[in-house]
Amino acid sequence: MGTIPGRRLIISLFLIFLLLPIYWLINMSFKTNSEIVSTMTLWPHQPTIENYMRIFTDESWYSGYINSLKYVIINTVISISVALPAAYAFSRYRFLGDKHLFFWLLSNRMAPAAVFALPFFNLYSAIGLFDTPWAVALAHCIFNVPLAVWILEGFVSSVPREIDETAFLDGYSFPRFFIKILVPLIASGIGVAAFFCFMFSWVELLLARTLTSVYAKPISAVMTRTVSAAGMDWGLLAAAGALTIIPGALVIWFVRNYIARGFALGRV
Amino acid sequence: MARIDLVDLAHSYSGNDAPPESFALKPVTMTWRQGGAYALLGPSGCGKTTLLNLISGIVTPSRGQILFDGKDITPLSTQKRNIAQVFQFPVIYDTMTVGENLAFPLKNRGVPKAEISARVKRIAELLDLAPYLNRKATRLTADAKQKISLGRGLVRSDVAAILFDEPLTVIDPELKWQLRSKLKALHRELDLTMIYVTHDQTEALTFADTVVVMHDGRVVQSGSPAELFDKPAHTFVGYFIGSPGMNIVPAHVDGREARIDGHTIGLHRNYGVLPADAKIEIGVRPEFVDIAPPASGLLAATIERIDDLGRIRFARVRVGDSKFAARVPPGFSVPDNMAGLVFDPAHVHVYADSLLVEGVA
Amino acid sequence: MDKTVNQKAWFLVLPVFLVVAFSAIIPLMTVVNYSMQDTFGNNQFFWNGVGWFKELLDPSTDLGERFFASLWRNLIFSAIILAIEIPLGIVVALSMPREGWTVAVCLVILALPLLIPFNVVGTIWQIFGRPDIGLLGYTLNSLGINYNYVSNEFDAWATVIVMDVWHWTSLVALLCYAGLKSIPDAYYQAAQIDGASRWAVFRAIQLPKMNRVLLIAVLLRFMDSFMIYTEPFVVTGGGPGNSTTFISIELVKIALGQFDLGKAAALSLVYNLIILIVCWVFYTVMTNAGAERPQKEGAV
Repeated sequence: MGTIPGRRLIISLFLIFLLLPIYWLINMSFKTNSEIVSTMTLWPHQPTIENYMRIFTDESWYSGYINSLKYVIINTVISISVALPAAYAFSRYRFLGDKHLFFWLLSNRMAPAAVFALPFFNLYSAIGLFDTPWAVALAHCIFNVPLAVWILEGFVSSVPREIDETAFLDGYSFPRFFIKILVPLIASGIGVAAFFCFMFSWVELLLARTLTSVYAKPISAVMTRTVSAAGMDWGLLAAAGALTIIPGALVIWFVRNYIARGFALGRV
Repeated sequence: MARIDLVDLAHSYSGNDAPPESFALKPVTMTWRQGGAYALLGPSGCGKTTLLNLISGIVTPSRGQILFDGKDITPLSTQKRNIAQVFQFPVIYDTMTVGENLAFPLKNRGVPKAEISARVKRIAELLDLAPYLNRKATRLTADAKQKISLGRGLVRSDVAAILFDEPLTVIDPELKWQLRSKLKALHRELDLTMIYVTHDQTEALTFADTVVVMHDGRVVQSGSPAELFDKPAHTFVGYFIGSPGMNIVPAHVDGREARIDGHTIGLHRNYGVLPADAKIEIGVRPEFVDIAPPASGLLAATIERIDDLGRIRFARVRVGDSKFAARVPPGFSVPDNMAGLVFDPAHVHVYADSLLVEGVA
Repeated sequence: MDKTVNQKAWFLVLPVFLVVAFSAIIPLMTVVNYSMQDTFGNNQFFWNGVGWFKELLDPSTDLGERFFASLWRNLIFSAIILAIEIPLGIVVALSMPREGWTVAVCLVILALPLLIPFNVVGTIWQIFGRPDIGLLGYTLNSLGINYNYVSNEFDAWATVIVMDVWHWTSLVALLCYAGLKSIPDAYYQAAQIDGASRWAVFRAIQLPKMNRVLLIAVLLRFMDSFMIYTEPFVVTGGGPGNSTTFISIELVKIALGQFDLGKAAALSLVYNLIILIVCWVFYTVMTNAGAERPQKEGAV
């Protein structure tokens, strides 16, 4: 593979650029507020886990994490299960309006969340889903379902048609073929699509905050609370932020060998 | 244009200290004649691509030297070796036209514009690509793309040799033949050394005047197609070349006689006394064994099936524990399952530990 | 590959259609409905026709002025981050190690910013950039550079841009890396034999092969930067003044802040229309680029 001169230096500098702000956040999460405000220290001089303890003992904090995970998981499951058959259809068949439909789907991936915030609020209030994980999960489908269809379509297209034909000749019914043969064949594609759904649902805030108020409040919304009468509680804010990085980091670690293929959207 | 000498050349992908048996290419010393058409033939994983990449400089050998016209070029990079190579899958610069593709190697070497266009024009005519010069190369068929890859090698006036790495893999069968004939014609016209790697014996035997057969990292025989057929130097060459391959059966050989399954057949040469601990086999091509009605003087065989290839029929028979293929003479009808085998002694060869033993006439 | 015509395929697409239609069409109808009405609170609505649209597209009104100012700001912002992130992403992708354990480490670190919630990205940079407690702000100020993103417009812009580069360059880099990985070794070997320089390899092989992923990268980056809301909102709150108030921030201010539903809806529709048009242009370019190379030869 062709590389460029000075590549080690470039990649190292870039990785440091990426890690430095994260380090600063983590650094701060282990400091007391008085240390943060009074001195500039490159590492915690009086390390404390008090900030984390407060999060783990205060229900409103940790339930925020659980709420976030709830809608992220619901959303991922819905997105993948409706996108799979559609991806197969787009990959294998031509039908009335297929190209327009595909474009329309993709255009929804690009729709600004700010446009939908208010109508969603009205819609989900009207059907009684407001302030439940379902509201956020369904709302996030608007950008995750098109994305999942797009990624999975690439992976399904990389499976030769002959496999479908052989299976049907062997007497497989369509649902059985789908579950027994196709799904295992594109398992890595499903993993990649799930990764992207997880990612975009996890990082989104505007809709998640608009569609919840008390019971389903996501962690990212809880974080905005740290402005107290005494000013910002920086240590607590940093600890909460550091904790939101963990699920993402775990997910990346598990899919690290598929990242390259995933970003090529199955079309390598 | 150059003569290529390989001197004690060997390569292991895990370094020079790897055990000798694990080398992808075991030490080889040989000479490739200037202007020769060579085929490197062998099953996949036999080291033929490694050898090719060593010559082109893509891989640096763990040991040994490569000489072009007597000059050691082992440390030189691919660019400085003046080698052209055509890969298994066509390599095309997507954004360029056919003409730009052909001009690319010359442009990189700073050749003057006028000379570039003259060379490109000439090579395009030679390869029948002239009508496509201004087309985008990506839109052409696979065989045209392979011609472009070849053309990028030919435009350079200084190429020492052209290497082909299974270049017909992605070409439609009927075009394969055309492209191969084109290669032969180019070879005659341009007097270039060509080395052609393939696992397809038909491709190798029709293209090359010298076929180099490789097996398990070793060059087992190098010779004309006729030599490989008549006198395989290694049992592997015997059964890899020819269809069906050579019959190889264990035997006892003593002087001018070989004993198989209790039956004695005469040999054309005297083999004296062979080393006792070697594995002794005799090899004979099916073309030189005839099926006959069973008789007391003949090696008895059980016929398992007859393959009718149109011009010729082969019987698959069983002698004791070993399988055998033998020619069914024209007009001969097989009475029942039992038959006798008639050998042509001139074409029965003796192998000790898989290597040909030369007898004394 | 020739696809067979089969209208029954609609049944397979139906679930997706329903889910997305539920989330897209119904709200969009609400928006259209609002955009034609005026409200004085208490859920009383009055028909206003295209009045809001007229006001929106007329720069002499307050609404129009705000719209065009934020649109202009947003376009400049998108242009700047594309100009930085695309070349930087390519360079980073080209600098990736070839093999060994460092590949996995680089990939994981690169992907990390992508999985941090948007508001936490904002928080990270808010903390990092503050002159009193942030490493960046503190360092810059102690170097004698007067840096404060809360009060200085230029600093606010610089912070938002650097933050976006930090957040999203990885996406471009990973897309390019994936594109580069798909190039068979034979291409590099052939180029070596053809005597190509490093630059010629990039121009003749790598750039064309990254073509498709780069188009995706530009599309995603343009769209996402055009819709950016959370990160600048957390860091600068749209200020100082209105200097970092991008369209989404303006929209949310009008809709949820002032509860000016009609104006917000009209703005939404125009905003959506712009995005739809840009998206369509990209889609057309992309399908045409794909049609140029319909069949990949062999098992490359």
